[in-house]
This record gives sequence, structure tokens and C-alpha cells, in this order.
Amino acid sequence: MEFQIPNFLPALPEIVVAVFALLGLLFVALQRKSEGSAFWMAQLALWSGAFFSLCLGRSPADLFEALRSAGSGFEVLRNLGEILVVWVGSSESTWTFSQLYQTDALGELLKAAACMAVALGLIYGRRYMRERKLDSGEYYLLVLFATLGVMVLASAGSLLTIYIGLELLSLSSYALVAINRNELRSTEAAMKYFVLGALASGLLLYGMSMIYGATQTLVLLDLIHAMDQAAGVNQTVLLFGLVFVVAGVAFKLGVAPFHMWVPDVYEGAPSSITLFLASASKIAAFVMACRLLAQGLWGLIEHWKLMLLLAGIASIMLGNLAGIAQTNFKRMLAYSGISHMGFLLLGFASSLPELTRNAYSASLFYMLTYVLTTLAAFGILLLMTREGYEAEQLDDFRGLNQRSPWWAAMMAIAMFSMAGIPFFVGFFAKFFVLQAVWQAGYTYVAVLAVLMSLIGAFFYLRVVKLMYFDAPAADAPAVNAGCRLSGGLLSANALALGLLGLFPGVLLQLCVVVVQASLAP
Amino acid sequence: MMNNFPYLLSLAIWLPILGGLLTLCASAPRHAPLARQIGLAFALLGLAVTVPLYTGFDTASAAMQFVEHQSWIPYFNVHYSLGVDGISMPFVILNSFITVIVVVACWKSVQVRVAQYLAAFLIMSGLINGIFAAQDGVLFYVFFEASLIPLYLAIGIWGGERRVYAAIKFFLYTLAGSLLMLLAFIFFFQRSGSFDLAEWQALPLDLRSQTWVFWALFASFAVKVPMWPVHTWLPDAHVEAPTGGSVVLAAIALKLGAYGFLRFSLPVTPDAAQAMAPILIALSLVAVVYIGFVAIVQADMKKLVAYSSISHMGFVTLGFFIFNPLGMEGAIVQMISHGFVSAAMFLCIGVLYDRLHSRRIADYGGVVHVMPRFAALFMLFAMANAGLPGTSGFVGEFWVILGAVQHNFWVGFAAATTLILGASYTLWMYKRVIFGPLVKPAIQALSDLDRRELAMLGVLAACVLAMGLYPAPVAEVMHVSVEGLLSHVTAGKL
Repeated sequence: MEFQIPNFLPALPEIVVAVFALLGLLFVALQRKSEGSAFWMAQLALWSGAFFSLCLGRSPADLFEALRSAGSGFEVLRNLGEILVVWVGSSESTWTFSQLYQTDALGELLKAAACMAVALGLIYGRRYMRERKLDSGEYYLLVLFATLGVMVLASAGSLLTIYIGLELLSLSSYALVAINRNELRSTEAAMKYFVLGALASGLLLYGMSMIYGATQTLVLLDLIHAMDQAAGVNQTVLLFGLVFVVAGVAFKLGVAPFHMWVPDVYEGAPSSITLFLASASKIAAFVMACRLLAQGLWGLIEHWKLMLLLAGIASIMLGNLAGIAQTNFKRMLAYSGISHMGFLLLGFASSLPELTRNAYSASLFYMLTYVLTTLAAFGILLLMTREGYEAEQLDDFRGLNQRSPWWAAMMAIAMFSMAGIPFFVGFFAKFFVLQAVWQAGYTYVAVLAVLMSLIGAFFYLRVVKLMYFDAPAADAPAVNAGCRLSGGLLSANALALGLLGLFPGVLLQLCVVVVQASLAP
Repeated sequence: MMNNFPYLLSLAIWLPILGGLLTLCASAPRHAPLARQIGLAFALLGLAVTVPLYTGFDTASAAMQFVEHQSWIPYFNVHYSLGVDGISMPFVILNSFITVIVVVACWKSVQVRVAQYLAAFLIMSGLINGIFAAQDGVLFYVFFEASLIPLYLAIGIWGGERRVYAAIKFFLYTLAGSLLMLLAFIFFFQRSGSFDLAEWQALPLDLRSQTWVFWALFASFAVKVPMWPVHTWLPDAHVEAPTGGSVVLAAIALKLGAYGFLRFSLPVTPDAAQAMAPILIALSLVAVVYIGFVAIVQADMKKLVAYSSISHMGFVTLGFFIFNPLGMEGAIVQMISHGFVSAAMFLCIGVLYDRLHSRRIADYGGVVHVMPRFAALFMLFAMANAGLPGTSGFVGEFWVILGAVQHNFWVGFAAATTLILGASYTLWMYKRVIFGPLVKPAIQALSDLDRRELAMLGVLAACVLAMGLYPAPVAEVMHVSVEGLLSHVTAGKL
């Protein structure tokens, strides 16, 4: 068998991020004070990663053509969304590295989303980390490696690649959680995260080995074909493996009954790390679910559907009920995250084999808007902390409207969006998922989901109540908006929740096109 | 005349919202006068753009007018689709009118965070116009739900002592209902592949699914009306809300539930509505009679008017579910009249509260000696609230009672007790507050209405009298639409 040089081009986004991370490693080792440059290097790496993800495999000529034919002035604006959708969706699936690696529109969109989310998170958290003297070069490098893990996951073409991506992400995350090693809570959280995470990795690996045993292949494409010829495959072993795989995915998503780590890790980790775990890490889990379940194990949909549905139901119940009892904002967001991921799973589980996969589009929409909302909520939390004081209790929001009305409004937008109140985009995310759930025939699940979001609305409203109805504590200072860049980006981020709520059509269209281009059977 | 300018409804929705956002720009305390001016300007503008809705309205047509139709979420066939018929058009105008009153009413009484207060009410006004104009299910739901936010904030920030409790109770109660409505909408979409209201009204449904959907919609609208026994949020919200909040709640927000019945429950699930009518009639009568008695014993003026609102809204739902033209038109006239009268009642209480900072009836007495002009106007509104002939309150009540007697004598009889109950609670309160000897020193120091208050109440008084003496213009506008609706409902879908 002769050796062929594989096509490296599709992996360019990963390569770029990896090169920057490795260069940074050298740089940090040689240079003493490297924080500032490490920050900018990470930004450069992440934004170019996002850029290459969205631009590779598409022809710029088409874009110019589309822009030119869109008309002039106002019409261009109106058609801009359409052009964007076509542009992102025009990527064709490519397989390379002996089918260990694939790119498709879904992976690329999520890679770009993860890169941008991480980049924004770094900007929002910069002051926070600096004030705590945690913004060493290693911090940025670990974040870069973790992001690389997300990207590898998103491009995985075989079970092995999935595992590598997951481990790259997980190991970096363990270290990131413990980055403030003098803080007892952080180290405890990191320990808990590590032990449970290692267990979950083990489960996943065990499940993968079973699947390999049953089908004699690790490559997702071949898995799909192996499922088709049902006669030759040992169903018992396959299903056994499937259970472990689903458990691994559920752990990473942080859904019940694998949610135990979520509140403790969210609370213990430094807030900007929590932001990373709540955004990019969830994207990774989602894309892992897409690759493993919706792609590789598509043939077992009847089986995993039910597991995901149950996990989703359990999560929305647990997340929304337990969220009420929280007094710590980060813990509250952890439970809120559990319930949001539950909602996402409901959408995921509602995919109908015979129909277009609008359930996945709903889930993808939910994921993207969830990340955007989480970024805004944590971003404002990061703004409110100051030197020597960790703002993380709900009481720290007391009377925020009187101290800084602008940030109170931004936070209120994030909270209403999470509660699913229109015109904020969170409503449409819930609406699309509910629609898919109903379409799949799970009427009672839809009713339950609706009741649980009513309960959940209570604790989001409580944050609004604290900010608007209560008087501030006497010694509470005004919010320090930090540097102009992060303040501006954070405001834009929060306002985007309202803007996307006014015009949800484009983003939904994007999700639909991307899912159809990537996951169509 | 018709449709010479196509974006009237959009303007009626987005102008006040824009104005609200603009006032927020003047949120520094020293800019309060500027914020008030911007607020008033936009409230007046908002009212001005609704005037052509009336003058350009074709009363001979039951079809939607001033229609706007744009694709909004193409994938789910959702449209930005607006239009008004004879039923909804008066409410758009009423709402814009009440907004002006609210802005004027807060001129002096609100001194903290003026800009945010005005912004909340202006944005709410726009959103509520959206509810009345929406012809697409999702659009309706979005406006319906979004309008909770400003009112939640208004009650919670500027309300009385138990405002937080009231605000959260209000929000969760109404959200609970609306979420079930959302499921009903999703059901309609699955059946019809569209969110267009007209298509839903034509959608064939069997009785079983109609019944389910009817109760899901009922959960939302009954809470909003509010009907007995899901009315308990209203007295809390009313009592704790600032004057403007009470006015908007009573005059507009309560009409949303009733409007929902007209727009969704009756036309989309006509057979279920007819099958369930006895239950609805019974609930309405409980509201009219029982809540009327509850109102009598209230010691707090706002609470009393709140209960009287529930009782009056019972009349409205009664009028809908007896399915005859007299009842339905009477109910709609009652909704509009109640918009004026309850707004005026709350404003009068606000006038007193601004001076004495008490809402307790027992703290007053002998007000007529120091505030004669106020006493006269308050008298008119109290009479209207009690349904005295010649005021707007009489017209609607009378029509509904006539319709009810046509339907069933005893239903009409029970409904007619409101004339006695209404008179007792309103006039007894009036007597205790206004008349009696002038003994309390705090009352002796009261000053009569100033020009602003006089103008505000005077305009409302004119509306109440005009509608009472000559209701034809309002009735004419809605007549064709009501006939169309009723014939659709009685034809059924089975």
C-alpha cells in the first residue's frame, strides 16, 4: 500500500490554532512578562481560527457575485442575512486523513462559534484574571489548547479523533479550573471535575470499544454502513456500547443524571473559567452528540432517542426546581445551564427519521443562543467583581439599577432571554424546540417543559427583582465598566439577544441550512 | 380614504416604543423635565397616528383593514402581519389615549426615575397596540408576553409596600396562562401549517381537540380577564401598582383577555365554546355577583375598584358567551366604557393619594368641603361605575342584560343584580370619602384639583358622557365585525 500525503487544507483552522498555541508555549517559556502578548496572540489565534472555519472550502467569487446581485443600499442589508446563510452553508463535506477527519458546515459553524465565544470570554475576563494575578501566559495557552480540543471534536471523523479532542479539552479544563491553586474551593472543584471527568471518559472509551467490537470500525462513515447491514452486527454489544457513549456525552453536557459536577465546578472555578465551561465546553458536548449519535450511531436512533428524552426531562425538572433554592449566582446559572441543556436534548431527541431534521436545527439554534446569553450573563458578573471581592452572590445584584442602570438593563435582557420571554431570543429558542417536540408526538413532554420553564422563570425574575426593586447595599460601589473594548463588546452581545429576538429568521435559516448540508441522511 | 398610508399600525406600535427608548436617554435625574416632555410628545404622536384608523375605517366591512403583511420567520411560515377590524380598532385608539392620560397623570406624582417610568409605559403602550393589531399567532404571542415585562417593572419599582410580591405574582400568573396558550398555538400550527389567524379560524377541528385547545386558551385569557377563580392576582397588582400602572391594568390589560376570547377562543374553537358556554356563564355570574359583594366590604379604595373591575369584566365574558349580537356588542361597549371609567376611578384615587398618601377609605371624609370640583367629577365617575343611565357604564350593562334575558331569564336576572351591587359599593365608598363632616385636620389642608388634573379628568368625563349619551359611533364601527364573528361562531366547524 503506497503512502499518500493527505490533504491538510481542510484542517487549516485547527492547524492555525495549534501553531499559535505551540508558538505561545515557546514564547511563554522564554519571556518573563508575557501576559499582554499572550492575550493578543490568543485573540489572533481564535479569530483567525473562526475566520478560516467559515471561509475554507467556499469560493469568494460566489460571495462577490451574490453581493453584487443583491442590489444596492437598503436591499443589500435586507439580503445580507440570506447571503450569509448561503455562504456558510455552501461548504461541502470533506474527509481527509484516512477519514479520521471531516469538515462540514455544521462542524465549521460550531468551530467558529466556539472560537468567537472563547475570544469574547477572554476579553470579558481579562480584568478579572489580571486583578487576581491569574492571567499568566499558561492561562491563555491552556484556553487555546482547550479550544483546539473543541475544534478537533467538531471535525472528528472517527471515534478515535473524538476521544482525542475530548481529552485535549478535558485535561486543559481540569487545569484551568485549578488555575487559582491557592483557593481551596477551586482545587476542590478541580479534583471533583477531574475524578468524575476521568470516569466519564472511561465510560465513553469503554462504549467506543464495544462499538468497535461489534462493527470492526472506528470511522463514522463506516459505522453508518455497518448499521445498515443489521444482520452482521451483534446488537446486544452495540446497544451496550451505546449506553456508555450516551453517558459520556451526557456527562460532558452536564445533564441529569450526570450533572453532579456542574454546580460545584461552576462555583469553584474562577468566573472567567466558568464562562469557558458554560460556553465553549457545551458547544463541544453538543457537537460530540451530533457526531456520535446523529452521524455515527444514526442507525440506533430509536434507542438513543429515548435515553436522551429521559435525560432531557430529568434535567429540565432538576435544573429548574433546584435553581430556585440557590443563593449563589454561579450555582444558579449552573442549574439553569442544566435545564437549558435538558431543553436542547429534548430537541435533539425529537428528530424524526422520515422528516427533515428540523429538530436538530432547533437544537442548534438553542445551543447558539444559549452560548450568547451565557456569555452576556457571565460577562456582567465578571464586570461586577472588583479587586479583592468576588461578586457571585445573588445579593450582589441588589439595587444594580440604581448603581449602573445600563448594566442592569443588559443583565435584565440576559435574564429575560433565559426565562424565554419574547422579544428576546431565548423565547424563540424554546419555541422552536417545543415545536419540534410536539411534532415528534411527545405532547406531554412539551407540556412538562412548558410548566418547568414557568418554574424556571421565577429565579430569573428574582435576579431582575434584586436589580430593580431592591435598594442597593450602602457600601456597594458602581460597576466599573472596565476597558472600552470589553464594555462595548459586552453591550453589543447583550443587545444582540434583543436584536436576534426581533429577527430570529436569519439565524434559524442558518441552522436549518447547516443541518441539512451536514446531517442529511 | 382607506389605506392611503400603509404603515399606520406599525407606526402605532413602534412610535411609542421608540419614544420610550428615547426617554431612557434622558434618565439622569436632572433631565426629568426633558424626559417628561419627550414622553408626552411621543404619547401624543402615538395617539395622533391612531386617529386615521378611525376616520379611514370602512364600517361596512368585516374584513381586516390597514393590513400589513411581511415575512418574518420564513422557515415556520411566520409573518409580521397586522390589521384591525371593528372589534380591535377601538382598543388601539383607547390604548393610545390612555397612554397620554398616564403620562399626564405621572407629571408630578412620580419623582424617582421618571425616565424609566415613562419608558415603561410608552413601551407597554406600543406592545399592547401590537397585541390588538397582530394577525399572526406568533406575533400576537410575542406582544402578549413582552407586554408583561414593562408592567412587571412598573409595579415592582414604583409600587406600594408589597410591590415585589404583587409584581412576581402578576408575572407568574399570567405567564402560566400564556405558556399553555403557546402550546395551543403550536397545535394549530401542526394542524394548519401556518400561524395566520384567518387560517386558524377556518381550520376544521373535531370537538375533542377543540375542547382541549379551548381550555388551554382559557387558561391564558381567563387569567388575564381575570375571571373568578383565577382573579386573585388582580387586587394585589392593582393595590401595589403606581397610579399609572393601575390605570393601564384596568383600562387596557384586562381587555386583552377578553379580546383573546373574541379573537381566538370563539372563532377558532366555536363548537367547544358553545359546549362550554354554561360553565363560562356560571363563572361570569359568580364574578358579577360574588365579587360584587366582596367589593362592598373593602376598606381600601384601590382594592374596591379592583374588585369592581373584576365584576365588570364578568359582565363582559357573560356577554360573549350568550352568543347573541346584543350581548356581544354590549360586552365590547362595556370593555371600552370600563376603559374610561376604571381609568378615571384610579386617577381620582391617585389624586387623593398624591395629597394624603393613603388609600384607606377610613382616612377620608368630608372631602367635598375642600375639593368641590374634584367631588363633582368623582361623582360622575362613581355614577358611571355604578351604571347610571346617561353615562357610558349604563349602555354596555344594559345591552348585556337585555341579551342575557333573551338567552335565559334567570341569567339575565342574576346579571341585573349588578345594578344594585355596583351602586352600593361605589356610592357607599363615595359617601364615606367625599361627604360627612370635615373633622380630620389632614383633610382640611387638601387643595382642589389643579389645571393639569382638571384637564385630565375633564377629558375622561367628556368621554364617559359622550359614550353614554350617544354610543352609536362606537357601535357602528364594530357592528359588522360582530355580526361576522357571531355568524361564524354559530355556524361552527363540525
